[in-house]
Amino acid sequence: MRAEPVGAEAGTRPLRPAARPRSRGREFLQALPWIGPALALIVGVVFFPAGVMFYNSTRDISASGVDRGSAGLSNFAEVFAFPYFWPILGRTIVWVVVVVVVTVVLSLALAQLLDKAFPGRRIVRLAVIVPWASSVVMTTMVVYYGLEPYFGIINTFLVDLGLIQDPEGYGWTRNAGTAFAWSIAVAIFVSLPFTSYTILAGLATVPSEVLEAAKMDGAGPVRTYFGVVLPQLRAAIAVAVLINIINVFNSLPILRVMTGSIPGYDADTVMTMIFKYIQNQHRLDVASALSVVAFVIVILIVAAYLRVVKPMREV
Amino acid sequence: MAVLAPAPGLRKTDARRAHYTEDQVSLPRMLLRMAAGLVVLVVFLLPYAIMFFGSVKTKAQIRSVDPTYFPTEWHWENYVTMWSTPETPLVQNLISTIVISVFATLLVLAVALPAAYYTARFRFPGRMVFLFLVIVTQMLQPAVLTSGLFRQFLALDLIDTWAAMILVNAAFNLSFAVWIMHSFFAGIPKEVDEAAQIDGASRLTVLFRISLPLVWPGIVTAIVFTFVACWNEFAASLVILSTAGNQPLAVALTKFVGQYETSWHYVFGVSIVAIIPVVVLFMLIEKRLVGGLTTGSVK
Repeated sequence: MRAEPVGAEAGTRPLRPAARPRSRGREFLQALPWIGPALALIVGVVFFPAGVMFYNSTRDISASGVDRGSAGLSNFAEVFAFPYFWPILGRTIVWVVVVVVVTVVLSLALAQLLDKAFPGRRIVRLAVIVPWASSVVMTTMVVYYGLEPYFGIINTFLVDLGLIQDPEGYGWTRNAGTAFAWSIAVAIFVSLPFTSYTILAGLATVPSEVLEAAKMDGAGPVRTYFGVVLPQLRAAIAVAVLINIINVFNSLPILRVMTGSIPGYDADTVMTMIFKYIQNQHRLDVASALSVVAFVIVILIVAAYLRVVKPMREV
Repeated sequence: MAVLAPAPGLRKTDARRAHYTEDQVSLPRMLLRMAAGLVVLVVFLLPYAIMFFGSVKTKAQIRSVDPTYFPTEWHWENYVTMWSTPETPLVQNLISTIVISVFATLLVLAVALPAAYYTARFRFPGRMVFLFLVIVTQMLQPAVLTSGLFRQFLALDLIDTWAAMILVNAAFNLSFAVWIMHSFFAGIPKEVDEAAQIDGASRLTVLFRISLPLVWPGIVTAIVFTFVACWNEFAASLVILSTAGNQPLAVALTKFVGQYETSWHYVFGVSIVAIIPVVVLFMLIEKRLVGGLTTGSVK
């Protein structure tokens, strides 16, 4: 293959006449100054640390960071033998599935509204962006404060509504179960903007002729939506679901703020557990082993993404 | 469109859609939409409204067992006094956030721009492998690699430095920048480049004089998105930056949680200061937000 230009119309006419045939190696060397720095950054700060992590998962590392030699697979054994491991894994699945499913369903409705013309739509669209741009830590902290007994403003609101009798509240953020449930709510809230915007972009590609045709055939709005619009959104929904799965699985700040001060492991996911191993127990070897488990899960999701969506198709 | 559907496509369909709906919507239906829009507006702004009202209360007011929804008096001086609160050196945290975000964004731009240009314009051996690596990177986040990053920067003696977090933020945000700029470069007709090259311009001259002005919206999108992502990064900073003064605001603020008497009014004041600039930046690129994240699969 020669160094051919890639045009917008997928034309591959050579930039210069093919007077000087070049070797593949030389073409790669010619590309290197352009892609080399990016490649170095990706390899050096993403793939190399991944290798370090895999290596460390088989080492015996002291709390002060000294490598005491090979540990075989004992770190993995320790991860799986931890009595809370399977509940944590189960909770991680609940966390991802509930957040992603509710987010996508709500986003479908939200995108439908944001797609319609009405006065003030631009303001509403901009408001939807706010949680996307804001620090998740800060958004979570305001909810955490709101749920505090006595002085929390959300708790007060629930008391004023008559939903709670005692201003002491439920100790929302003191019990693992309720803190976890509120974390799910926050995770949905901060996932809505990206998901809605992705579906909105998908809606913009539904040809208006198709909608007109459905209307001519006498299809009502419900049938038009489920029969015509939703199938057209398949690709947008697939992307939104997969990117959300990755984001929610990797999410640390929400649970860290909401459930971080609760003793025990009854509100942990794989990700918060990794950070407990690193920070509270100083077990970098075991943390690496659990990270490898998480990494493999992420890679499987990415593989599914590449298989379903085929993003390389048109490059 | 080669890879993505950037702004022009969206805008065109917006106009089409507005036309499609305008002439057949009854007034009650329009009012219903506005009401639904209002509900969405309130829900999405509510946490930040609570934050704002809390930020001008006194500590006694915000911790009162009989709290009021709105401040009874407005204590704007909180926005001055909060910087000297004892929990964490907030001024240094703000500087740290700015330095890390600015330099990580510059680094992303410096390495992503040439890569995006070259991969959009030329085919070469290894091009698909490179773009594949970029896509895989987009799916990985610092959180899952934190233990590896920690050990690596420890070995390089870069642990607890801004440099480490600049590298981490740049590396993990590279893919969005490459993709969005790649799609903009791919959208320029190659005849434009060819004409300039026939006139004797070098490849670099073509890039800087001809292509860059045309892909400017893509560059702005890449800059803003990267900057905001770095600004809010949490997981890797939490482990890599151990000294209080080196930590960005997102990490520093978590120290307030679980304190005996949390100064929530300060937490919210700092949050408002940290959130407003990035929200404004995000609003500037609203139309193009989706493109780089979904790499063209939403067509």
